[in-house]
Amino acid sequence: MSARHGDEAPLLEAEGLALQVGERWLCCEFSLRLVAGECLALLGPNGAGKTTLLHTLAGLRAPSVGQVRLAGKPYAAWPALEAARCRGLLVQQQPDQFGASVLETVLIGRHPHLGRWGWESAADEALARQALAEVGLQGFEAREVLTLSGGERQRVAIATLLAQAPQLFLLDEPLNHLDLHYQITTLELFRALIRAQGMQRAVVMVLHDINLAARYADHVILLDGRGGVIAGDREAVLRADLLSQAFGHPLRRVDSAGRVIFVPD
Amino acid sequence: MRSGRRHRLVFAVGLLSAVLALVWALVAGDMPISLGEVFAALGGGEGMTAAIIRELRLPRAVAAFVSGGLLATAGALMQVLLRNPLADPYILGISGGAAVGALLGMTLGVAALAVDALAFGGALTAMLLVFGLAHGDGSWTQTRLLLTGVIVAAGCGAAVSLMLALAPDTRVMSMLFWMMGDASAAARPWPAALVLVVAVAAVQPFARDLNVLARGELSARALGVQVQRLRMALYVLASLLTATAVTLVGSVGFVGLIIPHLVRLVLGNDQRVLIPAAALAGGTLLTLADTAARTVIAPQQLPVGVLTALIGVPVFLFLLARHPR
Repeated sequence: MSARHGDEAPLLEAEGLALQVGERWLCCEFSLRLVAGECLALLGPNGAGKTTLLHTLAGLRAPSVGQVRLAGKPYAAWPALEAARCRGLLVQQQPDQFGASVLETVLIGRHPHLGRWGWESAADEALARQALAEVGLQGFEAREVLTLSGGERQRVAIATLLAQAPQLFLLDEPLNHLDLHYQITTLELFRALIRAQGMQRAVVMVLHDINLAARYADHVILLDGRGGVIAGDREAVLRADLLSQAFGHPLRRVDSAGRVIFVPD
Repeated sequence: MRSGRRHRLVFAVGLLSAVLALVWALVAGDMPISLGEVFAALGGGEGMTAAIIRELRLPRAVAAFVSGGLLATAGALMQVLLRNPLADPYILGISGGAAVGALLGMTLGVAALAVDALAFGGALTAMLLVFGLAHGDGSWTQTRLLLTGVIVAAGCGAAVSLMLALAPDTRVMSMLFWMMGDASAAARPWPAALVLVVAVAAVQPFARDLNVLARGELSARALGVQVQRLRMALYVLASLLTATAVTLVGSVGFVGLIIPHLVRLVLGNDQRVLIPAAALAGGTLLTLADTAARTVIAPQQLPVGVLTALIGVPVFLFLLARHPR
């Protein structure tokens, strides 16, 4: 998908990928290529298969057709723990069944970096505290996760992913439960992470907000819920006609102060 | 980590309580035996006192301790496996299968050893049945496992009621005692003790995987945990521990449910600490309960399962009221 970084080895590659759930095809064959420093947004209406696609890109689900490669190797060739050091997944919020402190929860992200008998070291704890600070939760270390609000829990989950420190961040609706301020802060945080010098990082995220996708994504995959896939650079995919068709609702493009905004009619 | 010192302290207290409980179990009884005589007997002394200690009280105390430890460990494992803090070792029908086996043996009037064998066989049959049915179409979800287990347990319950209704009056009493849990007939606790020690040691290197699994299947897989394999190992291990305990002392209730909860309240939900601590606390509680069961209204003996439930129900309700969730 990228012409700019054509010579770099892609962090994530999908070739001739197609997904089927039961009898239904979620998306017809398409390919993608994501190199370090890039951000890809998955857009589409409810039930279009964005999460299924994300899980497939995370190697947690075998593709019906085609192949997914992480850093050049198909997932089948990756030992599970090694893959977990290379790519991390932010899942949609699930209810917690057991209590734990915020710090303990974030330290779970260090799991793939510790040996079978290993306990979290002071360095792991420092990483976890830093991750909490990055999502604005410093001072929450000792709080019980079950007492947090939805938005705070979402930020704890993001901090857990930061503590995991993967190269490829796969985010399923990372802005869920977040207020406007933290929506922008979170997207800025990931943009800074993938643009950091010397770091081979990239982001794939499922988003609902077309305008935030227009602002932060380099590439977009648009699923229309009927098996159709449009994949390409942001400008090529984020067009009023394509979006209107995919979401089944007329949208209008507005250019405002150098930014593109899509407004539902 | 900073909490390391606190953990060591709590473990030292737990170990001391366990030793004290075992000593009390050896000293207390119809025939009062002094501490000195107990040590003399354990050291290989002769005479009737030594025989009572070595052949009656010691096996019984060890049986109570070991089965308490087994049940608490199995309960903690089941709670992670089903990701449900209200799961207990019996929820998937293991004790139901054991009860069917044991009561069948009693109905037929076979020897005690054969009753044990039938109980263990029944537990394993229930385990394989639930495993096979829940695994049927290749998927293995928590809900499906739970539902299958609960239904198999209900079926076993019906079979048990049927046998109780048809059994001759003379045998009903011993059947009821078996079902409520009774350590008085447990003469060979040492193999079970070995099972407990090996199981707790074997879980330790995988305990952090359990912590990750407790946060949810999908995140666990993304963090590199082999969820399917881990779940199956958990299921088989928890079932075997439960089967061993039930074979030894019958289906003693509440230990497997409340001990993991109590430990979680004191030490948190890190399975690396929780599981050995639960084994220790479960053993201590059941030893105390069993000693009380045979001394409170001596010479009459109470089934220990009644005592654990009598202690367990108010403690559990108190905890639920204190931690609203």
